[in-house]
This record gives sequence, C-alpha cells and structure tokens, in this order.
Amino acid sequence: MDTTAIDIEKDSGNFLYPEKHRYDAGLGLTEKTLDYISNVKEEPDWIRDFRKNGLRVFQDKPLPTHWATEDLKAINFDAIRYYLAGDRKASRTWDEVPDDVKQTFERLGIPENERKFLAGVEAQFDSEAAYSNIKDTVAKQGVIFVGSTEGLKEHPEIFRKWFGKVIPTNDNKFSALNSACFSGGSFIYVPPGVKVSHPLQAYFRINAQNFGQFERTLIIADEGSEVTYMEGCTAPKFDTATLHSAVVELVALKGAKIQYITVQNWSSNVFNLVTKRAIAHEEAEVKWIDCNIGSRLTMKYPGVILKGRKARGEVLSIALANDGQHQDTGAKMVHAADETTSNIIAKSISVGKGRSTYRGLVNIPKHLKGCKNNTECDALLINTNSRTDTYPAISVRGDGNSVQHEASVSKVSAEQIFYMQQRGMTEGQAMSLSVNGFVNDLTRYFPMEYSVELKRLIDLEMEGSVG
Amino acid sequence: MNQLEIKNLNVSVAGNEILKDFELTLPKGEVHAIMGPNGTGKSTLAKALAGHPDYEITSGEILLDGESILEMEPDERARAGLFMAFQYPSEIPGVSIANFIRAALQARLAEGEEMEATAFYRRLYEKMDMLKIDRKFTSRSVNEGFSGGEKKRNEILQMAMLEPKFAVLDETDSGLDIDALKVVSEGVNALRGEGLGILVITHYQRLLNYIVPDKVHVMWDGRIVQSGDKDLALKLEEKGYDWVKTELAPA
Repeated sequence: MDTTAIDIEKDSGNFLYPEKHRYDAGLGLTEKTLDYISNVKEEPDWIRDFRKNGLRVFQDKPLPTHWATEDLKAINFDAIRYYLAGDRKASRTWDEVPDDVKQTFERLGIPENERKFLAGVEAQFDSEAAYSNIKDTVAKQGVIFVGSTEGLKEHPEIFRKWFGKVIPTNDNKFSALNSACFSGGSFIYVPPGVKVSHPLQAYFRINAQNFGQFERTLIIADEGSEVTYMEGCTAPKFDTATLHSAVVELVALKGAKIQYITVQNWSSNVFNLVTKRAIAHEEAEVKWIDCNIGSRLTMKYPGVILKGRKARGEVLSIALANDGQHQDTGAKMVHAADETTSNIIAKSISVGKGRSTYRGLVNIPKHLKGCKNNTECDALLINTNSRTDTYPAISVRGDGNSVQHEASVSKVSAEQIFYMQQRGMTEGQAMSLSVNGFVNDLTRYFPMEYSVELKRLIDLEMEGSVG
Repeated sequence: MNQLEIKNLNVSVAGNEILKDFELTLPKGEVHAIMGPNGTGKSTLAKALAGHPDYEITSGEILLDGESILEMEPDERARAGLFMAFQYPSEIPGVSIANFIRAALQARLAEGEEMEATAFYRRLYEKMDMLKIDRKFTSRSVNEGFSGGEKKRNEILQMAMLEPKFAVLDETDSGLDIDALKVVSEGVNALRGEGLGILVITHYQRLLNYIVPDKVHVMWDGRIVQSGDKDLALKLEEKGYDWVKTELAPA
C-alpha cells in the first residue's frame, strides 16, 4: 500500500473535477428510473418490488412540514438524478484504484488512521463502491464487509432476512425515497463471538451536480460479536442543492456490540435527510456517535429499539450550524424490554444565523420494569443571531423506571473572546477553542483520530465564520 | 525604542472620558507601579492598552518599541509582545490550561508549523514548579472553579510561557491571601529582566513590598499626578488617598 503519496492541503472540501458516468438514470423519479437501476444492477424481483413499493409510499407521503422546516419545500425532486455510476468496479487493492479516485482521496484530506487502514476502507464514489478492500485479518475472522449491491448478490440469505426490517419503507417520506432508489452503502455481517479487530471505515462523497446519494447500509452483529463502523462524509460545493438521503439499519443480536461513528462535513447547499436506527436484542449494546457539520439542512435522529432484556442504547451527538445552516438532529430511544437503559448526550453549536434544533424521543411504557434513560442537551450560542430549539418528547410510565433530563444553553461571551485574543489567538481561533472546549467532555469518548478530525473541521468552520 | 510609550492618551467608555491626556513611558527592564483610588482609570488604562473593543481611544498614541499599536486587533497586540494579567480572568469551560497555553503559543507560529509537545510540557512544568502550581492543574479547565489565588497564578503562568515584551498586571493582588501574594510576587520577580517591562496596577501598597518597583506613579482622575521611587508608595500608604485628592489633584 502506498501511503507516502498523500500529502494534503485541505481546502474545506471545496473542489470539483470532471465526472465520467457510464450509467445515468436521467432526471426525476419514476418506475422507469427504478427499472433502469434494477437492470443495471441485475437485481432479483423482490428488490424490484421493494423499490416500486418505496416509490408509491414516497409519492403518497406528504413532506413532514407540519413539524419540520418549510425549507424542505425547496427540494425539487424532479431535478435530481437518482442514479449515476461510473465505469468503476469495486477495487480490492490500492494499486487497482484508478488515479482520479486516489486524487479524490488525497483532496478529501483523509486522516492518518484512514491512510493506515485504507486497505480496509469501503469508500463510495457517486453511487458505486469504487474502492473496497477487506483487510485480510477481518476477512479471516469471517466478517463480510462489502457494498450493499454485492451483499444482496452474494449473501442473499442474510441480506434478505434483515433488510428493511429495522426501518420499514413507510417509516417516513425519505426512508421511502431511499427504499425506491437506494444504491451503494455497506453490508456488514459479523459472525457470532467475533470481535472485529479494526474499525471498518467508509468514505462517502458526492461529486456530480444535481446528484442525490441514497446509500443503504445494513450491519448485522451476530450473538456476542463486536464491531465499530466509521463513516465520514465531505462534499464539494455546488451551485444547486444536493440531496443526500441515506438509510442505515443496525441489528445487534444477543450480547453483541455495535458502535457506529459518523463525522460529516457537508457543503452548505446539501439537504441531508437520514434515517438511522438500530435494534438491540438481549444484553446488546448499540452506540451512535454522530457529528454533523455543514449542510443546508440536516434532519437526523439516530435511534435504538431496545428489544431485549438489559439492552443498552446510546447516542452521543454534536451538531454545528453555521450561517444559513439548520441542524435538526436528535435521538430516539424506544424501550421495549425490562432493565433496558439508554443515554443521550446532544451538543449543538449555533453560529451567526445558524440554527440548531434538538428533537428527542424517549419511550418507556408502563408494563416495563427497571428501565433507565438519561438525556442531556447542551446548546452553545455564538453571537446573538443564533437560534436553538429543544423538543424533548419523553414518555416514561410505570413505577420501576427512571428518567433524568438536563438541558443547558450557554453563550460564548465577548469577554471570553477578548481574554483569548489577549493571549494571541485570532477571533476565529478563540471561537474554535471555545467550541472545542464545549464538546470536549463528549469527544474524549470518541476514538482519538476522530476527535482530531472533528477538531480540524471545527477549526475550518469557525475560521470561515469570522467576518 | 525599547519601551512602551503612551502619549496624550484619551480614552472614553460609553461616551464618558476616563483617561485624559495620559502620559507614561515604560522601558524594558523596569517595573513601574501605578497606584490610585478606585474609579480613577487604572483598569481603563490596562483595557485600552490591550485593545478591548469597549474602550474607545479618542486621541493620543501608544507605541510598542516605536510602533503604533492603535490599529492592531487585541490578538495582534498580544503577538507583538503585550501581555495583560486580568483582574477577573474569564472561564473557558472544557479547555484545559495546557491546551489553552498551547493554543496561544501555536497562534504565534507560522501556518503549518507545529509545536514540539515534549519541549512544551518540559517548559510548562518548569514554570509551574516555579509558581508552585500542582501538575494536576494542567488538565483543569481554564479558571473554572479556581480560587482567587489559582486564577492569578494561572495568569502569571501564562505570562511566563508567552514571554511578552511588556506585561500589565491589573490588580493582580486583589483576592489574594498573603501566601498566594508571595507566590505570585516571586513568580513575577523571577520573570523580571532586561527583555521585559512590567506595569503593576494596584490599589494597595502591600504588593509593592514583594514586587519592588523602579518607579511609582500616582493616578488621579484619568492622569498621572505624581511620580517617584518606591518610597512614594509608602508615603501614599501612610497618608491615604485623601492626600492625593487634596494635595496632588489639579485644581
């Protein structure tokens, strides 16, 4: 593996170069578009039906503007290309990766650990996996780590059993959209008792104008197994809005542990409307670590259905909304068995005219015993135009269950900024340091390289926000 | 050239004129003390030097080694070599002292240049030992839950690490018990030297028993009304600020 060639100058992901697409489904979404996708991918009939059902549900469901922002109306669904794929097959070794793809890796500023583990990376360029190489040790453990298309083809018996079961097509308008036109994303199966030695990583990136990405990721951790999945996103800037609508389903069987980590940095014209949910069986643990930076609008509420006794769910999230951005994020914890516990820590930062919204759902029904939830939402406001809203919906019934909820709003004061400036930091550096301090008690639970990457993204974002 | 010169400085806050034709020259290698009653403009002087946006300089000049700093942002002044120890330092939640000082030092490096971590910590620990600061301190958030003495020692620690050309200590003795006062003073004394000019702003003579100044200036109503050697501080202590009001204040 060649690691020396990557010498990066990172310019906020603001870059673009020519695209070659062999497959292009054209503008708009109809049954024909879906047939086109299914034909290209040579899909079985049940998937064709699944897609068409997705389209019907998508068309039937109104935009959720009765509770969500009216800005959703700005999406022109007829002007989007729902499927594009380049002339690239999934690659197995670094040498086989086309040069222009390597160039993209470089410009993405892939951090040190990604370089180290690049051999285990499943990265997505447009809607096909351009680079996919399962690290030998992981494969030797019997772990399946492939693109979702490949997963469907080569492991239909596992794929079909779980696909669409955690997040049904009709869950919401955008999960239905994804069900209609999904392509790309990862499929992972970890056999019983296997503890995956390396974090599995994926890089997603949008690189075509008016091109929406609809990844579909499915991770199954069989009994007693453990896996960490890391997803990072960055997007070049475009003149017109870009839609990203992924669906991620996690299944943690008895005693399994899944950690799913996302650090996203979208350009400020991207609509990022994502549905992420996990089912945790008996004594299983699912942890979502979710960092959202950038985008025009992000709507994302990772959830865990605590289905088995003593299952545990956790969401640690950070959202940074800069000028013109709206981070509408949160978490869902559905307790469905005794002695289940959940923990939500959500931190949001609003800068300039940026807007942060927290939406939480915690449900503990009356018949359950010994369930616990802890929810903490902290908001940091940097300058007076910032806006933050919190909508915690917590329903806890029954005598033997407990819930704890704390919320705080703080501001970076002019005096704090002056103090830091007096020590030689620029206004941007001072704000960046305050923001990093604000998220610090959360990021120390993140894998080291991801907290470093997050810090760098915050630095870039805050430097750009000083007039 | 090797001095901080303040010439005919007029400063207003929210439209009120606080400093009036203020004049002072602080050469490197010297320690000057400014004394005066409350509300006479001592802290305004410190804030105006540091470039606080609420303090409007209506006329006059501030020269640092011969160069005007009036058009500089607070951080540019800091990087030019001006340090201010705050009377009420801000809390920076979640940012450890070590990371804070590192960020301040990093801000002085050229882009792409990285500090060497082991050398940084070696120096940090050395300065902490000098100021009798426990090493556990490095991981605590800046000024959060600090006692008065800890806050002031932290200010002097930063001064030691940032190696300014000129330092303004704004009421550094306030809120200190006698032991903390000794430690802070020893720290300041250890930093005294040819490359550093220190301006000690204080209400009480007490501090000057420990940080012995080369010159003492008495301030009244926005200007210096008398200057002298360290004995002036003793005289002031003995006679009280009423003496300034009746004897020294211009009619």
